[in-house]
Amino acid sequence: MDLILTQTLNGLVYGVLLFLLASGLSLIFGLMGVVNLAHGSFFMLGAFCGLSVIKLTGSFWWALLLAPIAVAMVAIVIEVFFLRPTYARGKLDQVLLTFGFSFILTDLTESIWGREMFGLDEPDLLDRSVEIFGSIFPLYRLALLGFGIFIAIVLWLFIEKTRAGAMVRAGVDDAHTAMGIGLNVPLLLTATFASGAALAALAGVVAGPLLNVFSGMDVEVLIPAFIVIVIGGMGSLKGSLVGSLVIGMADTFGKAYMPELSMFLIYLAMIVILLVRPHGLFGHQSASM
Amino acid sequence: MSAAAKSNDLYKWLAALALAIIIPVLFAGSYSLGLITETLIFAIAAMSLDLLMGYGGLVSFGHAAFFGLGAYGTVLLAVKLGFSVWLSALCGISVATVAAAAIGFFCVRMTGVAFLMLTLAFAQLIFSVGVKWRAIGGSDGIGGLVKPDLFLWSLADPLTMYLFTLAIFALVLVAMRRLIASQFGHALVGIRENETRMRAMGFATQQIRLVAFILAGFFGSIGGTLYALYNGFVSPDALSWGMSGMLLLMVVLGGAGSLMGPAIGAGVFLLMKHFVSSHTQHWLLVVGVIFVGCVMFFRQGIWGMLKRQAGGSAP
Repeated sequence: MDLILTQTLNGLVYGVLLFLLASGLSLIFGLMGVVNLAHGSFFMLGAFCGLSVIKLTGSFWWALLLAPIAVAMVAIVIEVFFLRPTYARGKLDQVLLTFGFSFILTDLTESIWGREMFGLDEPDLLDRSVEIFGSIFPLYRLALLGFGIFIAIVLWLFIEKTRAGAMVRAGVDDAHTAMGIGLNVPLLLTATFASGAALAALAGVVAGPLLNVFSGMDVEVLIPAFIVIVIGGMGSLKGSLVGSLVIGMADTFGKAYMPELSMFLIYLAMIVILLVRPHGLFGHQSASM
Repeated sequence: MSAAAKSNDLYKWLAALALAIIIPVLFAGSYSLGLITETLIFAIAAMSLDLLMGYGGLVSFGHAAFFGLGAYGTVLLAVKLGFSVWLSALCGISVATVAAAAIGFFCVRMTGVAFLMLTLAFAQLIFSVGVKWRAIGGSDGIGGLVKPDLFLWSLADPLTMYLFTLAIFALVLVAMRRLIASQFGHALVGIRENETRMRAMGFATQQIRLVAFILAGFFGSIGGTLYALYNGFVSPDALSWGMSGMLLLMVVLGGAGSLMGPAIGAGVFLLMKHFVSSHTQHWLLVVGVIFVGCVMFFRQGIWGMLKRQAGGSAP
C-alpha cells in the first residue's frame, strides 16, 4: 500500500516535470509548427544555470527565477536569428535546425560545466518529510506537485483570459488570418518560443534535486515530452496536462512493475495515437501534424 | 542524354572505380583503410535514407531501425543460433525488409512532421526491445561474430573487407541510380512535388511511397549488415535515434536528392569526426554548427555546391 502511494506521488511528480516541458513544446508546435528538438537542451541548460546560480547566491529561489530568464534569452537569439528566416521554407528545416542546436547546446554545457554528474540541493525550507495518513512523504515532491498545479492554472488563465492569450489561441487556430487582422505574429512567435524555453528551464531547475544533472539529461526527457504532446494533442494545454500525468504515471508504474515492457508499451501507445488520432486526444483538428 | 555522353559517363565511373580500388590498395595503412571502409558502409545507409528524404520528400527520423535490424539479424543468427554468417546476413536483410514493409504500411499514410514522428516512434519501439531484452544482449549489445571467408580470403583482413564493401557499395549505387532513373523514380519525385496532381493522373501514390520505404529499408539494412561484419558486434546504438540523426546529418551535409551527395556527406562527416575528435573536445559543437550552417546557407549541401560550380563553367 505504502509502495503504491509512493509510486503514485513519484508518477505525479514526473508528470509535473513533463507538463512543464510539454506545455511549451506543444504551444511552440501549435503556433509555429516547429518541432523543437532543442527543447530538451533548454531543460538541461535550465538545470545547469540553476546549479551555477545556487553556487553563487546559495539560494534555490534565485535559481528558480534567474535560470529561466537566462535560457529564455538563449531561445530568443535562436528564434530571431535562425528560426525566423526559415519559416517560409516549410516545417522540416526547423526540425533540422533545432536538432543542430541541440548538439551546440550540449557542447556548450559540457564546455562550461564539464561532463560530471551533479545534483541540486533542495531548498532548506522543503528539505524534510511530512506524514499524511500514516505514510511519510518527502515535502519537496509534494511542493513540486502543488507548484505544477499552480503553473497549470496560471497558464490556463493566461491562455483563456488574457488578451495575449487570445492572440496565442488565434495564432494556433489560423496564423494567416491572425496576421491578416493585424496581430504582430513575429513578436508572438518569439514570445512563445522564449516562454516555452523558460518553462523548460524551470522544469530543469525543479528537477535538479530529483534527477541527475549531466550533459545528456536533455535526451532523456525530450522523447517522453514528445510522446506526451503526441498523445495529448499538439497545441492543446489540456492535452499536455492529461498526457503528462498519464505518461508520468505509466512510466513510473511501468518501470516498477514491468521494467522490461514499459518502454515498449509507451511507444506502442504513441504509434496507435498517431495513427488513430493524429491530432491527439485533445488537440485541435487544425493543429494536427 | 546522348549515347556518346552516356558512354563518356560510363568511362568516368569506371575510372572512379579503378581509383577506388587501386589507391587504397597501394597506399593506405590498415587504419585509414578502416576509415574508408566505414565511410562506404555509412554511404550506403545515407544513400538509402536519401531515397526517402531527397527523392520522396519524406524525412525519416527512424532509419536506424532498418540499419540496426540488419546488423542485429546478422550477429544474432550467427552467434546465438550458429548459422553461417552469410546466411545470417541474408536473413538480417530479409527481416529488416519485411519490417520496413510492415512499418512503412503505416508510415506512408502520413507526410511531413507526422511521418517524422511516426518513424521515430517505430524506431524507438524497436530500440526499446534491443535495450531491454537480455537474451539479445540488452544495452551491452552482442559480440563474438567470427568474420567469414569470402572464397579464398578472410574478411578479417582489412583489405578484403574494404574491397568487399566497395563491391557492395558499387552494386548499391548502380541499383539505386537505375531505380531513380526508372519510371518509379520519376513518379516518386512527382509525388514529392505535387501528390494531388499525381493521384489525379492515376498514380497510386501511397503504394509508390510504400515501395520507396521498403527499398530504403532494404538498402539501409545492407549498410547495417556490413557494419556488423566490419565491427564483429552490434549494440542498441545501431538502433538509436542518435544513429538516425547521424544518417540524417550525412544526407543534409552532402545534399539531399543526389545520392552521391549523401555518400560524400558520409565521408566528410566521418573524416571530420576522426580529425576533430583527435584535436579538440568540441566535436558536438562542430556537428551542430555544420548542421545549422547547412540548413541556413547550404540547403543543397556539398554536392549541390560542387554541381553549381561545375555548371558555371559548362552550362
